[in-house]
Amino acid sequence: MLKVEIYITLKKTVVDPQGLVIKHALESLGFSEIAGVRYGKIINMQLDLKDAKIAQRQIDQMCKKLLANPIIEDYHFKIKKT
Amino acid sequence: MKFGVVIFPGSNCDQDCFWAAKDVLGEKAEYIWHNDIDLRGFDCIILPGGFSYGDYLRPGAIARFSRIMKSIVEFAKKGSFVLGICNGFQILLEVGLLPGAMLPNKNLHFICRYIYLKVENSQTPFTHLYKTGQVLSMPIAHHEGNFYITPDGLKRLQDNHQIVLRYCNAAGLVDSNANPNGAVDNIAGIINERGNVFGLMPHPERSSEEILGSDDGLLIFDSIRKWLK
Repeated sequence: MLKVEIYITLKKTVVDPQGLVIKHALESLGFSEIAGVRYGKIINMQLDLKDAKIAQRQIDQMCKKLLANPIIEDYHFKIKKT
Repeated sequence: MKFGVVIFPGSNCDQDCFWAAKDVLGEKAEYIWHNDIDLRGFDCIILPGGFSYGDYLRPGAIARFSRIMKSIVEFAKKGSFVLGICNGFQILLEVGLLPGAMLPNKNLHFICRYIYLKVENSQTPFTHLYKTGQVLSMPIAHHEGNFYITPDGLKRLQDNHQIVLRYCNAAGLVDSNANPNGAVDNIAGIINERGNVFGLMPHPERSSEEILGSDDGLLIFDSIRKWLK
């Protein structure tokens, strides 16, 4: 069994309305030293696979086909053996 | 002519579109379930608004893989008409029939109100009964209508006259004050290069009779009908 964490974030060139609002809210709570906030998603997945290389190929395909929108989003992931 | 209105789990403007096509316009209309694949006999397919598959992952991201979408892509490739309204527009972006993507509205609110639109291109099958520069009143109701496209993509849209509708004020001025959701270049509706696939965030079906507050949207359905005759 492999454990996968997939991180999906907006591309750096895309304005992130949620990140901006979070930054503003934190500043109004007194956290004045925030240089920037970007909001994203994490998808946790368990895979019935032993080979991390095969898993890597599969996760890459999943991200390209469905999990991320390549026009606005970047993704990266970590694979851990359990 | 015959309209087909697709129903996904979570569509909620399907009956309004059906009403506009059949009862207001007086043309034939039929519902199409998302699991169907046969589009023979239809002249225009409408992807209605709503929250297909709960907007999970991204609006339209799951719906684009439903069985009907393969048929709709083929239908569009043959040159037949596809109209995507609100969530339908989001699905057309996700499936790649139209360029770009949707981000959450700049103010992060779900916005449900009447806005003004400027007709930028009245040479399309969907807008030829309007005049270029005409100002329309239609409602929007969305959380992800902040249209995004790369600068190169925007230039292609502009050069090919693919921007059909833009947000403006009552006087027709297109500026950031009249932009409800942060969309690039105030874009509210675009068409593909071939001119047979049209997507827009405002709801023409909800503004197809005066009793609804505006009938400015009816001419979109009527444009399609007259173009085909």
